[in-house]
Amino acid sequence: MNSVPSAPLATASTRPRIQHVEMRGIVKRFPGVLANDHVDFDVQAGEIHALLGENGAGKTTLMKILYGMYQPDEGEIRINGRPVRIASPRDAIALGIGMVHQHFMLVETLTVAENVALGLPSSRGLLTDLDVVARRLRELGERYGLVVDPHAYIWQLSVGQQQRVEILKALYRGADVLILDEPTAVLTPQEVEELFAVMRQMAREGHGLVFISHKLHEVLAISDRITVLRDGRKIGTRPARETTKEELARWMVGREVRFHLEKEPARPGPVLLELEDVHAESDRGTPALQGVSLQVRAGEILGLAGVSGNGQRELAQVVAGLRPVTRGRVRLLDQDVTEASPAARMDLGLAYIPEERMKDGLIQEFTVAENLILRDHHKPPFSRKGFLHWPTVYAHSRRLIQAFRIKTPSVKTPARYLSGGNLQKIVLARELAREPKVILAAQPTRGLDIGATEYVRERLLEQRTRGAAVLLISEDLDEILVLSDRIAVIYEGRIMAVMPREEATVERLGLLMAGVEEKEKG
Amino acid sequence: MEGLLEKVLSLSVLLGMLTSGIRLATPYLYAAIGETFGQRSGVLNLGVEGQMLMGAFAAFYVTWRTGNLLLGLLAAVVVGALMGLAMAVVTVNLHAEQGISGIGFYLFGLGMSDLLFQKLLGTVRTVEPFPDLPIPLLSDIPLLGPVFFRHNVLVYAAYLLVPLAWFVLNKTTLGLNIRSVGENPEAADSLGISVARVRYFTIILGGVLSGIAGAALSVGLLGVFQQNMTSGLGFIAVALVYFGAWRPLGVLAGALIFSLVNAMQLWVQVLGVPIPSELAVMMPYILTIVVLVLTVSRARPPSALTKPFEREA
Repeated sequence: MNSVPSAPLATASTRPRIQHVEMRGIVKRFPGVLANDHVDFDVQAGEIHALLGENGAGKTTLMKILYGMYQPDEGEIRINGRPVRIASPRDAIALGIGMVHQHFMLVETLTVAENVALGLPSSRGLLTDLDVVARRLRELGERYGLVVDPHAYIWQLSVGQQQRVEILKALYRGADVLILDEPTAVLTPQEVEELFAVMRQMAREGHGLVFISHKLHEVLAISDRITVLRDGRKIGTRPARETTKEELARWMVGREVRFHLEKEPARPGPVLLELEDVHAESDRGTPALQGVSLQVRAGEILGLAGVSGNGQRELAQVVAGLRPVTRGRVRLLDQDVTEASPAARMDLGLAYIPEERMKDGLIQEFTVAENLILRDHHKPPFSRKGFLHWPTVYAHSRRLIQAFRIKTPSVKTPARYLSGGNLQKIVLARELAREPKVILAAQPTRGLDIGATEYVRERLLEQRTRGAAVLLISEDLDEILVLSDRIAVIYEGRIMAVMPREEATVERLGLLMAGVEEKEKG
Repeated sequence: MEGLLEKVLSLSVLLGMLTSGIRLATPYLYAAIGETFGQRSGVLNLGVEGQMLMGAFAAFYVTWRTGNLLLGLLAAVVVGALMGLAMAVVTVNLHAEQGISGIGFYLFGLGMSDLLFQKLLGTVRTVEPFPDLPIPLLSDIPLLGPVFFRHNVLVYAAYLLVPLAWFVLNKTTLGLNIRSVGENPEAADSLGISVARVRYFTIILGGVLSGIAGAALSVGLLGVFQQNMTSGLGFIAVALVYFGAWRPLGVLAGALIFSLVNAMQLWVQVLGVPIPSELAVMMPYILTIVVLVLTVSRARPPSALTKPFEREA
């Protein structure tokens, strides 16, 4: 069992199988950034090698070089000891390297088989041979435990199933080495387990796997070896069983990391935000929220857990006033705001930290100062009789930059030059400086590094202690578990359960997130 | 008044309308099928009208000079391909905004065909258009035979193009590549499909078919060339692609509805029905707008339509 079954590509059967891939002294520069600084990395047949590091550490860049999407400025790549040049993904595929991207590279309007067949020569010349492809896909699926209907359209599949299609795509092309870029980010805990089983099976069959991640426990659970990158440099490589979570975290961040936030017990007050039997439609006009009822009290954080795309986005927009409700009521501080504009809700004391900070939270071309006054720019003291009073604006901005430790060259720097963490701090500063009564935080730490994540979480806890009602929407279960006082789970636009934090476990939440109903207890 | 209504609704008039409707759909079919290929690969070509005018002129001029209709048709193909090539360079390599550059190509074709007309022809001249080619046996079917099977070769080819286009888009690897490039060029690129090559192909194919559409008008239907003789026909073709939901069969349906209404208004005028002729001429266009408004939300355009593709870094 040493070759891919019924190898579909001539190259897969004629070239020798990859035993060892080595990257030596890789340097990659982007304008203003050294993304990879003399990095060495290697992966062997039959092993799972994790590439660990914070966002922006250079993991994805390094692997995009191996996959031919970027060209290195220095360094060389060797396969089985022989130097190779990989000028494009096509070269990488021909050499036996496959990659599953963080953002799936699938054509939604095509079927699974069509997606797999894309770019491959057909056994029928100019005509497609989708039935042949489908048959081979079923064989591969059985062998690796990756069952997907070849004739289903991609848009019909769950995220987990789409990921299987991506893996099948690579296997079908005869990939000996498979790079998985943050594959667990979009999965439920149970789906992660299934993925890990597939990865182990692939390693047993002699594939080499590169597992890119920033989640320590996952890396420790699945990998044979772990390499840590920080700021584009390789910090070290260790066999997984000879290292600890603490050591890896120190390598990633460059300092000791606290894994537990100080959290006083909650002192919940009156209900400040209430949703009652809320229904709403998605952009496509399909039902997105189907009778959501939730209450958030002063001085507590209610965490809303769920797999991406189960109505979280629509729920946040309904609360913020950006999406109409087709049925049900929304109440803010005992006032019915179902029909109220976003501005009216803000004036009542709602703060909104949107999911897409680049798109909805900020105006990238505006300066830091302009972004910091966005919500209040039309009111005194920033605006007097229709004229902006810049000295006041700048003084206010400097205060916030200091208070929220925003790293920016000046108040007049356009926001787009700042890092993701600092952009989120601008949003936080603007929203929290108003001393809001209700805070809606959607994916507040997505894409942030450990330092910025710690910072955002501390600020949210601070607000809760101050007495704000916080609705935290997050796809990161760890985040939900660390911050929440109560946890609600959303699945297909319905609330599956609401429970106190103490009663929540990863397994229980995972089942609820997958839509498994709980039996009534007692 | 009653006599008039009878005249309009008589069998021979209805058959006449049907025959001209089928004939008139020809240029729309060529242009709109070409545009379908372009749009399915993510390229909106608003220059169809200009390409048609250039094709119409080239076909007419070469036919007039040589007396050879096939050479005329070939000239339209070459000119259409060159216009398509220019469009491809501008939109694929230079990442120009597709809508604006399309309008540029329209204005170029409009002005250039007029200039060439004045310099090379000077006045309206005529050639013998493509002769009707009755299909043996089928054209002898009573009533319907002449309606469907007594046309010139360009008309037949236009209708054969529809199933051919459907087959290419849905059953060949080329079609799969085109669809993937129009929906998710990043994904196609990651699998080694050259987005640029696919779009070059579809844009040039669109140019060729627009050129033939022009020829179908000048040397296929009329036997003359006049300034701006397409008068918006190329833009209607673009609208038909939306109407047809980016599918060849939908495009066919749209082209037929549109041409039948057009044929009807022509006959209404010929028969002297007392409707202001301006109003009659507007009918097909009003219909286009109404139909587009009614159908526009039904289907989604290719996701990458109008978006230039550039590989990051």
